[in-house]
Amino acid sequence: MIISRFLRRGISTSTSPTRRRSWWDHVTPALKDPINAVTDAFLADPCPYKINLGVGAYRDDEGKPVVLQCVREAEGKTGATNFLESTSTAISSKLVEESAKLIYGEDSDVIKERRFAGIPALSGTGACRIFAEFQKQFYPGSTIYFPDPTWSNHRNIWGDAHVPDRTFHYYHPDSKGLNFVALMDDVKNAPDGSFFLLQPCAHNPTGVDPTDEQWLEISSLFKVKNHFPFFDVAYQGFASGDVERDAQAIRIFLEDGHSIGCAQSFAKNMGLYGHRVGCLSILCNDKIQAVAIKSQLKQISNTMYGSPPIHGISLVSKILSNPDIKALWLKEVKVMATRIQRMRATLREALERLGSPLNWQHITNQVGMFCFSGLTRAEVDQLAKEFHIYMTHDGRISMAGVTTKNVDYVARAIHEVTASDRDIKILHNIGAYKVNTDICSTSLGTKKTRARGMNLAL
Amino acid sequence: MASSVFSLASATPSASLSSHDIEKGKLNLRNTSLCFKKEKNNPFMKTKSFGRISMVVASNVSRFEGITMAPPDPILGVSEAFKADNHELKLNLGVGAYRTEELQPYVLDVVKKADKLLLEKGENREYLPIEGLAAFNKVTADLLFGADNPVIKQQRVATVQGLSGTGSLRLAAALIERYFPRGEVLISSPTWGNHKNIFNDAKVPWSEYRYYDPKTVGLDFEGMIADIKAAPEGSFILLHGCAHNPTGIDPTPEQWEIIADVIQEKNHIPFFDIAYQGFASGSLDADAASVRMFVARGMEVIAAQSYSKNLGLYAERIGAINVVCSSPDAAARVKSQLKRIARPMYSNPPVHGARIVANIVGDAALFKEWNAEMEMMAGRIKNVRHKLFDSLSSKDKSGKDWSFVLKQIGMFSFTGLNKAQCDNMTNKWHVYMTKDGRISLAGLSLAKCEYLAGAIIDSYHNVS
Repeated sequence: MIISRFLRRGISTSTSPTRRRSWWDHVTPALKDPINAVTDAFLADPCPYKINLGVGAYRDDEGKPVVLQCVREAEGKTGATNFLESTSTAISSKLVEESAKLIYGEDSDVIKERRFAGIPALSGTGACRIFAEFQKQFYPGSTIYFPDPTWSNHRNIWGDAHVPDRTFHYYHPDSKGLNFVALMDDVKNAPDGSFFLLQPCAHNPTGVDPTDEQWLEISSLFKVKNHFPFFDVAYQGFASGDVERDAQAIRIFLEDGHSIGCAQSFAKNMGLYGHRVGCLSILCNDKIQAVAIKSQLKQISNTMYGSPPIHGISLVSKILSNPDIKALWLKEVKVMATRIQRMRATLREALERLGSPLNWQHITNQVGMFCFSGLTRAEVDQLAKEFHIYMTHDGRISMAGVTTKNVDYVARAIHEVTASDRDIKILHNIGAYKVNTDICSTSLGTKKTRARGMNLAL
Repeated sequence: MASSVFSLASATPSASLSSHDIEKGKLNLRNTSLCFKKEKNNPFMKTKSFGRISMVVASNVSRFEGITMAPPDPILGVSEAFKADNHELKLNLGVGAYRTEELQPYVLDVVKKADKLLLEKGENREYLPIEGLAAFNKVTADLLFGADNPVIKQQRVATVQGLSGTGSLRLAAALIERYFPRGEVLISSPTWGNHKNIFNDAKVPWSEYRYYDPKTVGLDFEGMIADIKAAPEGSFILLHGCAHNPTGIDPTPEQWEIIADVIQEKNHIPFFDIAYQGFASGSLDADAASVRMFVARGMEVIAAQSYSKNLGLYAERIGAINVVCSSPDAAARVKSQLKRIARPMYSNPPVHGARIVANIVGDAALFKEWNAEMEMMAGRIKNVRHKLFDSLSSKDKSGKDWSFVLKQIGMFSFTGLNKAQCDNMTNKWHVYMTKDGRISLAGLSLAKCEYLAGAIIDSYHNVS
């Protein structure tokens, strides 16, 4: 027995690493996440004046990441007590309560009657994922409707939860605004009781938001169709600079009596990206149902990662529950949103000053961190190669990466790469090539995203 | 058409509405009045107002109507029951969280220091890469395998930061589900309660191998080996690296060698859950011996780590999943797929706990301090085991062999008490423990050993 044991051991270690068979031979390299790939390419670029307009993380006017003062103050007030398991539950509950007040309104009936089930979540991604798993568990045959386009990770999130997805019309490449008529058509034609993912403000990636009137109509149609609205709230405060204003879409739906679901992220509006703090809430009929649903949500998260990380939770609950710190936070959100609005205006002016014949109104029409520039894949690649300016392939620019110092350079670069097909693009802008987008428009249910912006198949 | 939405609900829409009408009659009226309010402000709505009012009432019922309460967590339930008990001699031996001799929660000094340093440094809060903090990933792999381990030097380990042990196990489970669709995981009987849930939710089939022998209150080694041998070739064998939870029973070094033999023979993959490195013996290196032995044999190994207990970072959720592969290329591919799994789960892991661990393990002085605190914590538990054993042996005149208390290792001890006896422990003696007979020694003080011994002896002999 002992001899054979040594022999076996000898055999197993005799082969060299490269010739040894691996359990993982059939594992192929995963595709890189498209947004992270931009950051990777940016980091690998040795050019000293390179610019990262990829990931949606706020930068100040020096191009530096910001730790908000309200976060520092909250951190000063919390201590090693965070680590005690006993206080974790209390802090988590506080976070959920404050998050709910922030999005639904402090005076909302939902809050007063405690008609919501909520758990802290791993930022927006985690909140969406827990909801997707919950949706799968209790509505196993259901699908989710995404706006076309939407954040690239949405599809992966619901996909990994095994919920199939469809799209509804959203972005109009001609106007670079909302395709409201087609949107309402798709909402109407979807089977009753469908699940929809909506972005209440600062749509990612387009920056195109419905107006209040349009939200009212959408909400009304949702009631007729009995659809379930799930809101992904990643930018409350970042769209207008005012957290109450940015919650209008949700307040509209609430007034209409919808029982919505909501994923909130504090990554951007509190600059807590790395702490992974957010909240998932689902509105219920009453307190009793809220308790039942919360228990189910907790169970899903328990088997995924146990409890959520306390540090970020304690910061957010402190910031939201301390009136002075909260007031400071609201000021800082306004500063961030205002800087982005200023950069939008500056970039647009710069392009117009350069004499670009193209219409750049969408830069200031669109809202929030992102601008859907309309740049083609080829132009995006050219910007990276020749000008060392990085953005995602769909032409999405993170305005947070634009500064007073680099805005002229960015404008010049964009002008350069778009000037080459100038004649074609002038024609496009006056509608001569509208037919292309009609042919490309997808019917409800297909996942294909249309050619957008100025990419013409000529 | 609306009724299909409620197919999973326990009540029909109209029925639940009538109950609403009765219980909260104002609900309908309030929503109707809101509709009217909206009409005033919104010119677009006039034409649709009639349809809207009628549909508001019908759609007000939650579509999650029929959802029932999830079963309560058995371990946390113990703590709640303990809190509700007012008896002065009550003792909480439920959840495995370290307590001092005064039975207070304990924040390690080294963690307080590291936390303070972080506060002073004022580092940014940017997103970590999907795989986590590079500095953390380096130190965690070094800690588990040994910094000089050839597998690390040869870059054959795919390490991804995870949300403590649970999150790391889930990443591995998802990897198994994706790449080994017929692969089965074998877990010990018994094992930590959440293991089954993790594999269930990840849709990975599992079965059990014999582990605990109630007759000896020790390891059923024959049964364990037989069951591992009987499993289909290429199964994943979940092993506790040290300080088995819930039994406290670990294989001896000789037994580990035989387990490795069988696993190699059957071409299984060893899958370690290391939640107590340092807590078992007090030595971080000694507690990693089992994993290192498997790796030294050239086997491909999966290992999930947690810093919840050994650094007391329960609430920060810091851990890692490591996959030791036979080539750096395989490791790179596996790492990319672990990232692919993590991105739609939470995008990237939390930064705070990772920085704390990286700072402590990466700094020679802090690391030394940690080792000392680790020894102190593990030492306290060993002392408590000794005291308990002494108390049991001196109090119990029946000649029963209580030495399993000394042989078992780590935070937990399987007492061998059955459910009725456990109930007696709680109802008569106000000792709170899980119904499988597990006590958490981390919640026991030297001062209470006598009392506990009395409770155990009474329950063992007088209750069946």
